[in-house]
Amino acid sequence: MAVDASTSARGDLILKNLTKSYGDFNAVDDLSLVIPKGSFFALLGPSGCGKTTTLRMVAGLEEPTAGSIFVGETEITDMKPYRRPVNTVFQNYALFPHLSIFENIAFGLRRRGISDAEVKTAVDKVLNLVELPQLATRKPNQLSGGQQQRIAVARAIVNRPALLLLDEPLGALDLKLRRQMQIELKWIQTEIGITFVHVTHDQEEAMTMADTIAVMNKGKIEQMGTPEDLYDSPKTAFVANFLGQSNLIPGEVSGNDGNNLIVDLFGTKVAVPKARSSAHGSSVLVGVRPEKFRIAAEGKSTHGNVLTGGVVSDVSYIGVSTQYQVEMPWGKEVMVFEQNDDDEEMLRKGAKVVLSWEPLFTFALDGSENAAAGSH
Amino acid sequence: MAATKGISVKSFGLKDNRSALPYLLLAPGLIYLALFFVYPIIALGQMSTKTSSGEIGQYEQSFRFANYVDAFLGSKEQFSRSFIYATIATLLALAIAYPLAYAIAFKSGKWKNVLLVLIVAPFFTSFLLRTIAWKQILGEEGPVIKVLRGVHIISPQTSLTATSFAVVTGLAYNFLPFMTLPLYASLERIDPRTLEASGDLYANGFTTFRKVTLPLSMPGVVAGTLLTFIPAAGDYINAAILGSPSNKMLGNVIDARFFKIVDYPTAAALSFTLMAAILILVTVYIRKAGTEELV
Repeated sequence: MAVDASTSARGDLILKNLTKSYGDFNAVDDLSLVIPKGSFFALLGPSGCGKTTTLRMVAGLEEPTAGSIFVGETEITDMKPYRRPVNTVFQNYALFPHLSIFENIAFGLRRRGISDAEVKTAVDKVLNLVELPQLATRKPNQLSGGQQQRIAVARAIVNRPALLLLDEPLGALDLKLRRQMQIELKWIQTEIGITFVHVTHDQEEAMTMADTIAVMNKGKIEQMGTPEDLYDSPKTAFVANFLGQSNLIPGEVSGNDGNNLIVDLFGTKVAVPKARSSAHGSSVLVGVRPEKFRIAAEGKSTHGNVLTGGVVSDVSYIGVSTQYQVEMPWGKEVMVFEQNDDDEEMLRKGAKVVLSWEPLFTFALDGSENAAAGSH
Repeated sequence: MAATKGISVKSFGLKDNRSALPYLLLAPGLIYLALFFVYPIIALGQMSTKTSSGEIGQYEQSFRFANYVDAFLGSKEQFSRSFIYATIATLLALAIAYPLAYAIAFKSGKWKNVLLVLIVAPFFTSFLLRTIAWKQILGEEGPVIKVLRGVHIISPQTSLTATSFAVVTGLAYNFLPFMTLPLYASLERIDPRTLEASGDLYANGFTTFRKVTLPLSMPGVVAGTLLTFIPAAGDYINAAILGSPSNKMLGNVIDARFFKIVDYPTAAALSFTLMAAILILVTVYIRKAGTEELV
């Protein structure tokens, strides 16, 4: 890949107060964001949250209602798509059905008037990178979904854009292939060092690949951070529920114990690390991930935070773990994932149980949050 | 093409001879064509080599293949005129229909169905009436000639009717829907994301049209030009109504031989020659279009 379209336009992607309205509806609502050069960035959110619209505005396929877009120092807000130092991997790939794989990949290079010899070198090199050199003379409809996906990536990265946009690129693949492509895309990104902006509704996909994830909801960014950050310390109920599952139990802060808040959950005191609380007042939602709970038959010894009086209301065995629904004394159910890594007998439906967990694994959200937001 | 091959192998192959269903489905069409196409063609072929038995309208089979040479030499002029008119009319129809089909396919929004109905609307009246109406439009009292004379594009002495201009534009008008509909069908099938991808890959609007839209619409261009060219080459109504004696096409000669002179063998020989010529031209054209030479 001897060619470089955009040396002058290298740099971070900066979105300033970006808004896209359709009538009264704001698909993207005053979004500001900096995506550092060279990062693998994921925009994650449910369908209709504005993530694809954001991507299309960066690509130049939608016109922003307000706000501006910069790549480094260069403003690209009103630039025609074909002038932007940006390439896109489209959902369903959008390969040119009438052109061979070679010509599909060469398309962008040829438009920029690059010599045949250089085109050949660059295309061969990128075909090797995606490990499909034998397909150069085929037509797109002779390729499998996974192969088309890789060619779509090759067609974009051969141009060495400052920025590669990926619009749900793995959505059409089956689960196994998707896992494999996640690893490959991540590898390609590391290999060529281009900024990847990846739009997806699949939280696992975002967490596997991205260095930084922005969780979007209703046209705004709910929270941005590393996958670990978002999973361990969600700041809103939407993020807590959209990334994995969470048990959110309402409580009142009743005291203070060094680094921990003491919270009263329906009469039981539990400890929550202060650093992991985003609550403003004394009313909080205490969050515990299902796999952080330990579950034991009533009467067994426990440690850490403890909740007693639960009754198993549903058991599903899924091999690697067993998932329990436990009805708590206050009438709500909580979800518990127990790894099948010991010879303890599975608890039956109706069994009386006690739940415990390490205070370290607790987070707290503000009590005004809607506990059901973002649930799957 | 690949898809059709796939179906024929799967459904009509030797391996799948248990089912009579494909043959049952084919039967009505085959019988109909055998009766009303194959039989007349054979009869026409037999007629084309007969000679007169003395009485008017009575012929005997004498296998006189020189009928073809005589017939062709006698109407070379109309023969070539048929192909020239049909070619120009086809190109004119393509030039008008492509932007039209493009606009309907990509830009018409909620008006799409209304516009498609309007494309077909001329078929609600007869071919003959439409051609007569076209004569009125181009005639001395019509709006076209007044405007053209008014802006001095043509002189007051020049007429539009009884000219090759009238015949060619009449042909283009009459077969315009046959051009527009296949074009629309192929343009409408293009995934708009491939056009976005082209823009994303540094192609401006014109390059996107040349490198993506046009090649992807070639099946429609080929179908549309064939559906226009073939009937236009054999047409005689436009030349009869809109043309002068010096604008006659081969169809007019065949018409006159059959119904006025009652010279069936010559008419039959001319019909066969026309059919063969169209078949050869179309075969060459499809071969070329199948490769990427036309783009």
